Amino acid sequence: MKQEYTITVYTENHIGLLVRIATIFSRRKINIESLNTSPSEAEGIHRFTIVIDETEEVVRKLARQIEKQVEVLKAYYNNNEEIIWQELALYKVPTAQIAEKVKVERLLREHGARAVVIRNDYVVFETVGHREETDRLVEVLAPYGLIEFVRSARVAIIKESRGFHEKLREFELAEPKDELIENEFLNQQKEVFSM
Amino acid sequence: MAIETATQVSSPLAQADTASISGSKALLEALVAEGVETIFGYPGGAIMPIYDALYDYPDQLKHILVRHEQGGIHAAQGFARSSGKVGVVFATSGPGATNLVTGLADAMIDSTPLVAITGQVYAHLLGTDAFQETDVINITSPVTKWNYQITDATEIPSVLAKAFYIARSGRPGPVLIDITKNAQLQLFAYAGYQKCNHIRSYRPKPIIRKEYIEEAANLINAAEKPFVIFGQGVILGKAEKEFANFIEKGGLPAAWTILGLSALPTDHSLNMGMLGMHGNYGPNVLTNDCDVLIAVGMRFDDRVTGRLDKYAKQAKVIHLDIDPSEIDKNVKATVGVWGDCKETLPLLTQLIESKSRTAWIQRFKDHDAEENKEVIFSELHPDTPVMTMGEVIRNLNEISGGDAIIVTDVGQHQMVTCRYARFNQSNSNITSGGLGTMGFALPAAIGAKFGAPERTVVAVIGDGGVQMTLQELGTILQTEVNVKILILNNHFLGMVRQWQQLFHDKRYSFVDIASPDYVKLAEAYGIAGASIESRDQLNEALSAMYHHPGSYLLEVNVGKENNVFPMVPQGCSVSEIRLK
Repeated sequence: MKQEYTITVYTENHIGLLVRIATIFSRRKINIESLNTSPSEAEGIHRFTIVIDETEEVVRKLARQIEKQVEVLKAYYNNNEEIIWQELALYKVPTAQIAEKVKVERLLREHGARAVVIRNDYVVFETVGHREETDRLVEVLAPYGLIEFVRSARVAIIKESRGFHEKLREFELAEPKDELIENEFLNQQKEVFSM
Repeated sequence: MAIETATQVSSPLAQADTASISGSKALLEALVAEGVETIFGYPGGAIMPIYDALYDYPDQLKHILVRHEQGGIHAAQGFARSSGKVGVVFATSGPGATNLVTGLADAMIDSTPLVAITGQVYAHLLGTDAFQETDVINITSPVTKWNYQITDATEIPSVLAKAFYIARSGRPGPVLIDITKNAQLQLFAYAGYQKCNHIRSYRPKPIIRKEYIEEAANLINAAEKPFVIFGQGVILGKAEKEFANFIEKGGLPAAWTILGLSALPTDHSLNMGMLGMHGNYGPNVLTNDCDVLIAVGMRFDDRVTGRLDKYAKQAKVIHLDIDPSEIDKNVKATVGVWGDCKETLPLLTQLIESKSRTAWIQRFKDHDAEENKEVIFSELHPDTPVMTMGEVIRNLNEISGGDAIIVTDVGQHQMVTCRYARFNQSNSNITSGGLGTMGFALPAAIGAKFGAPERTVVAVIGDGGVQMTLQELGTILQTEVNVKILILNNHFLGMVRQWQQLFHDKRYSFVDIASPDYVKLAEAYGIAGASIESRDQLNEALSAMYHHPGSYLLEVNVGKENNVFPMVPQGCSVSEIRLK
């Protein structure tokens, strides 16, 4: 059964990796619903958050293909029950309309929105939440001449995760090898990880 | 597990404390330090500083000037496959780099270790549509294991070290390094070359999980009808001995994919033949009859499995592979054994019981007898006036004794050669398996000979494929490399014609291909040659080719409308294999 999955990928910060990861999806004609890149809790380690609508089997194979990339440290996938996620949305509306026709205070309260900019010509509101929540405010504001709307990619945190630092240590220590000594990542852990 | 230790490679240059050298020179020092002796390449504007530096390395680095970059990369592939080393190819920017793409894709899907070096325009010109500028990194990302653009010479030693490490470790593959012209020219303080043996984000070998080995051994020990199918992983892992020990102890019949061919000698008593679309009857039919299917270093390609939902459904599947993404990709494994088969096979061998399984193996032999009666005998000993491809290969076997390296192109002749050629040792079958690149064989054979100079290399090529990379006859002319070119000419694009006959009502659409006078052509390139049409000339002509002191081209005109059988038609299950 297809459902929303969030793939979290820990990577080196490397030019060209975005293309390599993106083509893993495009080659299989899978649409990426949302993609975010950001730093992670570990310095120098980047984090991709990718949302797709697929079956678990497909997602599992995709995660392995992603992990196969030389500069990818680890890829996890989770369904919506297993993560906490947010998206941020911005709405630009004409000030005159809003001031006349909307009870701004109620609007802000009901939708957890706040005004980011207030000018003579327009006001920019911001909300943070799940897609349905940010979509609802679009519906509310549409009659008042919504000038611009934009929503960010999803950012997500895995509920069960003890953080990537712990996971990576586990992964590295599963079977200690001579190689470990060579691993600058672990050698520098005290400096690198400030969680 | 043995860990390569980082070694400071000492060269006169490295000893002179932080000598100032150019990026180009640092690149060549890296190649020397990695043990590279042969480079295939073609110069051009954006790679000129590297070629200039190469002028000073005549003793350490042998550069083979090819006639087309595609020829260069296929030669590097042939070199890598015959020698087991990393193949190296040079090309310039723009068209030079794009001409590598087919070879990179071929090496990617066939897991061939390559390092391709491309020149690139000056860094300040990147993105300006400069002369011969192309975005080679983005073009080649899907067909390389790793690629990287160097714009600063100081990166050259460490990036090259990574490139070689990535290309040859784990599941091998092609790596492309694009170097801008300014970086090639840039002088920098060179502190020597250090080999790479660890990248923190890269796990070339998954950790071996003992519990899965035990589970696999239990399945094998409990099996009545276990069947081993193996691929190139055995060759790439240099695990031929470990593999033979494994099947011998367990009395396990084994069949190969075309890239696994030659890992097990042809006359080994447990070698049951070829899998897949044009494979042998027994291995295909009994795939759907065995109770435990043990896949070693292979990836269940669709040409091996036929229809997946009817593939070995009755069997428990054990899959040994170094690449975790291959396990469960096409065929769901009951037990997945992640790891290098060089390490996992001995662990598994220890735990399996010694058995002979005569009755089960007899079933393969019974199928063999049937295939022999219906297909093989008439292919190898035809009573038709025209020659068959099979009888040419049978004659070649008698002359080579199974000791030659056989390089094949793509099509009917490839299937026939893989089915009937004899091999006594590993790294002897070189073919474009996954990508199916016509034009592969001639340049790959040139490379294979440089990779194994002591061995006889025979390129078996169809009349279609040979016309795709004919220009490499010029490389033979110039290097005087000794390659035997055996053209099996059926005056058709035979495999496409066969499909048109069987599945498109004999509508022969653009498969009737004319050929030049190959003997005259060879002569123009200073290559001896002959062309034959009748059976009574065959043995003598093959022998003359094989024993000629230099390169030789032999054209054998074979039956025009012969088909390759058995055949698993597309969309059918392996047990629905047709004998005619």
